[in-house]
Amino acid sequence: MARIDCNHIRHAYGPHPQSPKDYALKEVQHTFENGGAYALLGPSGCGKTTLLNIISGLLHPSHGELLFDGRDVTELSTQERNIAQVFQFPVIYDTMTVYDNLAFPLRNRGVPEADVDRRVRETLEMTGLADMAKRRARGLTADQKQKISLGRGLVRHDVNAVLFDEPLTVIDPHMKWVLRSQLKQLHKRFGYTMVYVTHDQTEALTFAEHVVVMYEGEVVQIGTPAELFERPKHTFVGYFIGSPGMNLMPVSVDGRNAKLGSHTIELPDAPNLGEAGAVELGIRPEYVRLGAVGMPATIRKVEDIGRHKVVRASLEGREIAAILGEDETIPAEPRIAFDPQGINLYANSWRIEMGG
Amino acid sequence: MLELRNVTKIVGGVEHIRDVSLTLAHGSLNVLLGPTLSGKTSLMRLMAGLDAPNSGTVWFDGKNVTGVPVQRRNIAMVYQQFINYPAMTVYENIASPLRVAGASADKIDRDVKRAAGILKLMPYLQRTPLSLSGGQQQRTALARAIVKNAGLVLLDEPLANLDYKLREELREELPRIFAESGTIFVYATTEPHEALLLGGNTATLSEGRVTQFGPTIEVFRHPNDLITARTFADPPLNTIVLRKTGASFQLDGGVNLPVPAEIAGIADASYTIGFQPHHLSLSRPDPSAVPVKAKVSVTEITGSESFVHLDFADVRWVMLEHSVLSFEPDQQIEVFIDPRHIMVFDASGRSASPREKLAA
Repeated sequence: MARIDCNHIRHAYGPHPQSPKDYALKEVQHTFENGGAYALLGPSGCGKTTLLNIISGLLHPSHGELLFDGRDVTELSTQERNIAQVFQFPVIYDTMTVYDNLAFPLRNRGVPEADVDRRVRETLEMTGLADMAKRRARGLTADQKQKISLGRGLVRHDVNAVLFDEPLTVIDPHMKWVLRSQLKQLHKRFGYTMVYVTHDQTEALTFAEHVVVMYEGEVVQIGTPAELFERPKHTFVGYFIGSPGMNLMPVSVDGRNAKLGSHTIELPDAPNLGEAGAVELGIRPEYVRLGAVGMPATIRKVEDIGRHKVVRASLEGREIAAILGEDETIPAEPRIAFDPQGINLYANSWRIEMGG
Repeated sequence: MLELRNVTKIVGGVEHIRDVSLTLAHGSLNVLLGPTLSGKTSLMRLMAGLDAPNSGTVWFDGKNVTGVPVQRRNIAMVYQQFINYPAMTVYENIASPLRVAGASADKIDRDVKRAAGILKLMPYLQRTPLSLSGGQQQRTALARAIVKNAGLVLLDEPLANLDYKLREELREELPRIFAESGTIFVYATTEPHEALLLGGNTATLSEGRVTQFGPTIEVFRHPNDLITARTFADPPLNTIVLRKTGASFQLDGGVNLPVPAEIAGIADASYTIGFQPHHLSLSRPDPSAVPVKAKVSVTEITGSESFVHLDFADVRWVMLEHSVLSFEPDQQIEVFIDPRHIMVFDASGRSASPREKLAA
C-alpha cells in the first residue's frame, strides 16, 4: 500500500483551456495517506471521477504530478501503477468459477499456486463467498457478482491502492447495508489505501475516515463525517450533506448578534468578518427548535416520514426546514429558535471563522 | 377509479402476480413497494394493458378494460431510464402527446409552459434532452406524462438513476404535482424511505402478492404481518423471537419486555418482536424503556444520522440516532428498547395487535 500525493493536479478535457471554467478539475493539492480510507463525494460533473481516473492512470492530467510513496507515476500506465479497481458494474468472467475469478489476478502475475490458494480462500472468507467458491459466476445475482469484483480488488496484497467507482449502484438497498459494513470491516482489518467515488452521502460517510467533498471541479472540504455535518466549510457542503440540507438566510451581523429581519439572533461567538460583504446564516434542520419561544413562524407542511417529521415553515418570508421527533407535536402558535451550537456564518459561500 | 379484481399472471409456469385485488382512486398517489422481482413491474404492466392477466379482471371507471391494449387506453408511463426524443427540443418533447392528440397551438403552448413551470424546466425549453443533466432529462419525461392528461400515470422507479440530492428535490415536488392533477398515480420503488417521503398510499409486495394496502404511514406503523413489516424496513427490521409469560416477554439475561397493554390478552407462546431502528436508542426515551447491553459492529452515517449495527445475543440489530456518532468496533454499549413501539407477531407471522384497535 502506498501514500498518494496529488501535486497541483488540474485537468481540462478540451484542447486549449483558458479560464478556470475550462477545467473539469481545478487545482487539487492533496495527500491520501497510506492505509487511509477516503471517499470522493459530490454530484455528477463535480470532477470526482476525473480525479479517480487520474489516480488510476486512465487519464493523464493536463497539469501537475502524481506520486506514489514519493515516486512520480504521472507517466506510468494503469498496469505499471499496480492498483486494483472496482467499477460500477461487476467485471468478472462469467464462465469461470467464483474461485477462479478471484485467482485470476494472482495467476496472471505468476504467483505460486500455493499462495494463490491461501489468498483466494482468505478473500472468499472475508467477502462471504466461501460457500459458492465452486459455482460458475454466470447465474449469480448482481450483488454476488459485485462481491466477486470486490474480492478481485482485494485479493492482491501488493497493490498500492484499491479504487472504487460507485461500486454499489446496481445493488438492492437491503444488500447495500451488508456490503457497506463489510467494506468498512475489511479496511479496518487489512489497512488498504482505499479511494471510493460516490454521489451517495451514506456510502461516503460510512465508508471513509476522510470525506473529500467536491463541487464544480474543486475540493470544497475534507473532513470527518462530524465536521461536515457540524461545520460545513462551504454552503455547498451544508446543502449536499444532510437531508434536508442546511437552511441558509441572509443576515446582518453586529458584534455577537445577527439580525434576521426584525429578529436578533445571538451568535455563539463574534465572527471575524474582515472584508466580508453579504453574510448568510446557516443552520441545519436538526438544530432548528420549534416551540413556545423564539421567532414566530407559519407552518406550511409537515412530512411524517416515520422516524421523524420534516416540518416546512415560513420564517420572515423564507422557507425553513426543521426536524421534529416522531412523538413531538407542533405548538398552536409555533416559534422558531436556533440552537447556538448549530449556527454557522457564510460570506461568499465560504464559512467565516468565529471567535478570536 | 382503477380496480384490479383477483388478478393473476403466470409466465412460463411461474406466478408473477398472485391474486391481487386493489382499488385506486382518482387524484391519489399509490406506491408499490417491494424488493427487485417482487412483482412491481409485472403489476404495472397489467394495470397499463401491456399484459393481460391469466385470471381476474381490470376495471377503469366502471368499464372492464381487461385485455384492452395500452394504445387504446389513456396511459402515461415513466421509466427508470430517461426516455425522450433526442432530436427534439425539450419543448417539443413535452408537446408531443398534445400534437398527437391534435390540440390547438394555443392549448399546446399553455399546457407545455404550465408543466415546464411545475417541473422547473422553463430555462431549458429550447435545449435538446442530451445536453441536460439526468435530473432535467427525467423531469422532461415527467412533464410529458403530465401534459398527456392521462387517467393513469405509471412511474417505474423514476428516480433510481438520479443523484440523491436531485431525488430529494423531485420527491418533494412530486406529491404536489400529483395533488394538482386528478390522475391516478402509481409509483414503484424498492426503497421504504422513498415511500415514506412520497406519502399517499402504499401497497407492499412480496413474491407477487400484495401483502397490505393503505395510507403509507399507517402501513409503516401498523403492518398486518411480519412480511409487510420487513418489506417496509430499510435497514432491515430489528427482530427477536421471545417467549411470553404473563405480562412480559423474557429477554436474555433476565431482562423482561412488558407486553403492550392493548394486546395484554394474547396467549403465552413464542412471538417475533419487531421494532424500527429509531425505537432503539442510546438514552432512555421513556420510563418504560428497557435497557440491554449490545456490542457495536459497525456504524453507518448518513450525514445527520447514524445507523449503529449491534449484536445482541445471536441477533443483529440496527439503532438510529439523530447525530453523528463514532464507536470502536466491538465496544459494549447500553441501549434502550422502547416497548411503546414494538410490533408483536405470532408464530404464523400475523400481527398480534389488531389494526382497528390501534387506529382507534
